Amino acid sequence: MSNVLRREDVAKVATLARLTLSDEELDLYTEQLSKVLQHAQDMNQLDLTGVAPTAHPFGLKNVVRADVVTPSLDHDAVMAMAPDAEDGRFAVPRIVGEAP
Amino acid sequence: MKSAVDIARDVNAGASAVEELERSLASIRSRNDELNVFLHVDEEGAYAAARRVDEIVAAGGSAGSLAGVPVALKDNLCTLGVPTTCSSKILDGWRPPYNATVVDRLRAAGAVPVGKTNLDEFAMGSSTENSAFGPTRNPLDPARVPGGSSGGSAAAVAANMTPLSLGSDTGGSIRQPAALCGLVGVKPTYGSVSRYGLIAFASSLDQIGPFAKTVADAALALEVIGGYDPKDSTSLNETAPQLLATLDSGVAGRRVGLVRELVEGSDDDVTRSVDRAAAVLRDAGATVVELSIPELTLGLSAYYLIAPAEASSNLARYDGVRYGLRVDAEDVAAMNEATRTAGFGAEVKRRIMLGTYALSAGYYDAYYGQALKVRTQMIAAFARAYADVDLLLGATTPSVAFAFGSKTNDPMAMYLNDVFTIPTNLSGEAAISVPFGTGEADLPVGVQLLGPGRSEPTLFAAARVLEVAEGR
Repeated sequence: MSNVLRREDVAKVATLARLTLSDEELDLYTEQLSKVLQHAQDMNQLDLTGVAPTAHPFGLKNVVRADVVTPSLDHDAVMAMAPDAEDGRFAVPRIVGEAP
Repeated sequence: MKSAVDIARDVNAGASAVEELERSLASIRSRNDELNVFLHVDEEGAYAAARRVDEIVAAGGSAGSLAGVPVALKDNLCTLGVPTTCSSKILDGWRPPYNATVVDRLRAAGAVPVGKTNLDEFAMGSSTENSAFGPTRNPLDPARVPGGSSGGSAAAVAANMTPLSLGSDTGGSIRQPAALCGLVGVKPTYGSVSRYGLIAFASSLDQIGPFAKTVADAALALEVIGGYDPKDSTSLNETAPQLLATLDSGVAGRRVGLVRELVEGSDDDVTRSVDRAAAVLRDAGATVVELSIPELTLGLSAYYLIAPAEASSNLARYDGVRYGLRVDAEDVAAMNEATRTAGFGAEVKRRIMLGTYALSAGYYDAYYGQALKVRTQMIAAFARAYADVDLLLGATTPSVAFAFGSKTNDPMAMYLNDVFTIPTNLSGEAAISVPFGTGEADLPVGVQLLGPGRSEPTLFAAARVLEVAEGR
């Protein structure tokens, strides 16, 4: 049985998901994910035309509360968890590169 | 080990919570190296909690309905200042700045959290083999898996380390390990237990629930952790159901549907237990009818698109910026990718990619969209069944506990383990797994009772009937 997914599909998905895959992983995931998607074809046996999708069991509604300031997490405690911080802010490597 | 009900009663009458804790810690020490149940034991915090309980009782007060009861917590529940890893390298060493609501409620009721238990990384798995910190072994047969993803929490109770533990159930992650370890395991109605502080896997499916040796202990735990929480926007605005008061109300006059699709494909030993459970319920005065709900067989496909889709979104937060692991690189995009590549294990990557694919342009309608429509049909099918019967009966898992490595190389074979438990997560309803009889190699078999949303009092009473029939 040929795979539902091609190797290049999996490579593209990995890029979108911010994951680096080795060649072996690309081969393995192409086969394994194809099997799961192949199994999912059984959903096509139901006639789903006109059926509304359900994303949440009881339907989500906005929850509002009184506009009163309440305590939140301690700023220093939260910043202490950061891999890198500077002046009370999260520090990250360079975001914008040199023009090519 | 004494039951939670008995410990709380005795501690409130003056028995020492510290001594109860010492018994729990001693049994953890004796078998944790062998079984790999706890990733972290918080002795200091546990002693402080136990001493506080003893002080309250000594001063003449009531220390709560779980006074002095040692409790194990799945390591995807946030605990203030106590390491919380989700069994992932990406959170190794992280100490949350707050408690999950269920943890606060346990403590307020006098419970003594002793530590954090192993799980499949980010609760993705059915065997605990996907933990970055090694698998947990089944205390009943260490050559076999305890089930998953809450395998550590199940093993803690099965090995008499604690009488009670909490897990989370997204597709069966409480009920399946409960069945494989011979315990009662509950997946409560969606929204009835706050998810605040439960590290998200698939938010529309996740629900916290208890493991216990007895139905009464599970009921007691659920009474404590359930009820409205303003910190969870999906929390039902209701008080926790009272379960102990009606625990012995039986099943006389109830209608129970034995569901073909919740037994089909099971091993003979499992099928025999389900049939025997049906006979016991009938003898206790219930009417048992056989019925078919064909939509349930499509749950597996819908689940393995919906849950990864939600996971791919929920796990986008692990980017090396605010907490957890960071792998340095020359720019921020490379840092994000290096961190996630080093921090996530194989199964988590597999599901993130599956979800990313199912949500991507061009495939959304064919996969995720289609799965959401199947979910609608499944909810409607359950509703039609519940118009005719009060409860449904089936197996929890197709087999007893399986050997390590037997399904690891074939994700689809592993996923099929969840085929009977997944439908209840998709519908947001309630279900309980009760140990009922034994099968191959004398290992326990779990039978599953399912009910509509908010049916916990009826479910627990029926579970109690099965328990009594087993002489417990």
